[in-house]
Amino acid sequence: MAGFPSLRSKKLVLEYNIPISKTLKFWEGLKEGKVFATRCKMCGRLYFPPVADCGECYSSDIEWVELRGEGRVISFTHVDVRPPSFRGAPPYTVAIAELDDGVKALAWLVGAEKKDVRIGMRVRLVPRISDDGFPLYVLTPHAADNS
Amino acid sequence: MRRVAVIGVGHSKFGDRRDVNLKELAFESVKQALNDAGVTNRDIPYVSVGTVGVWYEEPFPAAAIAEYCGLSGAGLVRVEAACASGSAAVYNAYSAIASGLADTALVIGVEKMRQVDSLTVVELLGRAGSYLWEFENFGLTFPAYYALYATAYMEKYGATEEDLALVAVKNHKYGAVNPLAHLQKEISLEDALSSYVVAWPLKLYDCSPITDGSAAVVLASEEKVRELRIETPVWIAGLGYSSERSTLSYRDGFIGIDASVKASRMAYKMAGITPDAIDVASVHDCFTIAELMAYEDLGFCKRGEGIKMIREGQTEIGGKIPVNVDGGLKSKGHPIGATGVSMIVEQTKQLREEAQPSIRQAPLKNYVALTHNVGGTGHYCYVTVLRR
Repeated sequence: MAGFPSLRSKKLVLEYNIPISKTLKFWEGLKEGKVFATRCKMCGRLYFPPVADCGECYSSDIEWVELRGEGRVISFTHVDVRPPSFRGAPPYTVAIAELDDGVKALAWLVGAEKKDVRIGMRVRLVPRISDDGFPLYVLTPHAADNS
Repeated sequence: MRRVAVIGVGHSKFGDRRDVNLKELAFESVKQALNDAGVTNRDIPYVSVGTVGVWYEEPFPAAAIAEYCGLSGAGLVRVEAACASGSAAVYNAYSAIASGLADTALVIGVEKMRQVDSLTVVELLGRAGSYLWEFENFGLTFPAYYALYATAYMEKYGATEEDLALVAVKNHKYGAVNPLAHLQKEISLEDALSSYVVAWPLKLYDCSPITDGSAAVVLASEEKVRELRIETPVWIAGLGYSSERSTLSYRDGFIGIDASVKASRMAYKMAGITPDAIDVASVHDCFTIAELMAYEDLGFCKRGEGIKMIREGQTEIGGKIPVNVDGGLKSKGHPIGATGVSMIVEQTKQLREEAQPSIRQAPLKNYVALTHNVGGTGHYCYVTVLRR
């Protein structure tokens, strides 16, 4: 902050605890190698990311549905300027895929050269345990269809 | 509903304003706006403050600002709709007057984004999508959200990185001569194309800068306009608003902002106009792709023809509809809570034929102007039609 006289405020560090009781099956599923969506048993709407309550028909009667996870990229970006929380990560590619299951998924696209990433490429949504040991999910090229 | 007019406007210098604190920055615009309207702080019964905060030290900014500006005692609220907070504050104050609850109201838009370092701003804006599903695991940044729209748009319509750069070149051309703009410099197509990649396909010059700034407007009822003998009231002829799902993967597509379509149609209907009637506009160009999509979402052209408009110079002064001739968010800067109010200030000045310097003045035929303010990637949208 050179150039302008200023006072430094007291430091504030914030970390939030994000409740996942109602979507625990999703996070447990990732550890078991499964990606779950939720389906509203009242109106049939499929949600990914999963939800505990249907915002369309207001039913909370939902069922868990394992996704096959195959689909195609409908958009992507290569993120070069990264936020401090991701400073340790090499530049990453984020893609949105339209899955054959009937939902879209946004995630890192891993396992593809930057130059090979294109709209329309076949991908699969797969569970992954992060380097820090947290369950997450990524998109990977679906080799059989991209050859 | 009662008619509502803009009767006073104020606007700070946008830029790196670490020479002032939040309250002092707001005061600069408030003083000008009250003077311009010919009223004093004691004449203001209701104050709406558009600001997002977190990058400055005050958790309750509206109360702090009102106190500093001698407005304590008035009805007071802080309004937040992400980067559309300023327009949402205008809507809030408009409603107070249109409903008959107040005769006069002051709207303040203010943001101080440079009291933390720029990477912290990258972090805070990145978190401002659908946090758990987009940031926690995948580290999306604000440019990255819009880059996902850019990639899809380019694929669908054959737009190029050069088309995006043309938006930056145009807006910098006008920002260079706007004394209130943050980045008062022209850039070449080559400058834009050779700048470093932030989130491909968006490069540095596709992005609006991190800016401090404030803007303020005084609104009044028709009765009050007569009582104060306001010479050139600018009427709020139409207002529209809408929103879109927070999580990108729940959305239908990525080639336009649905909330902009809905908000603009609502505003056109209320004003009784079609887009052809608009003489000059401020649209939300937080990123170059956003301006191209806005041309289409607002009905300035058909789907896919935004690139034709920018290539042919149709949105420059002398073209079909001059857009962002104050430099836009791109060059004037984007202090996010101030932006929507800044747009109203600019278009009020355009309609009063007071744009400075005069080379920025758009020719007026119908004396109708538009502002289009998006929060997030269409999470919120407000469109306002002004008429002299």
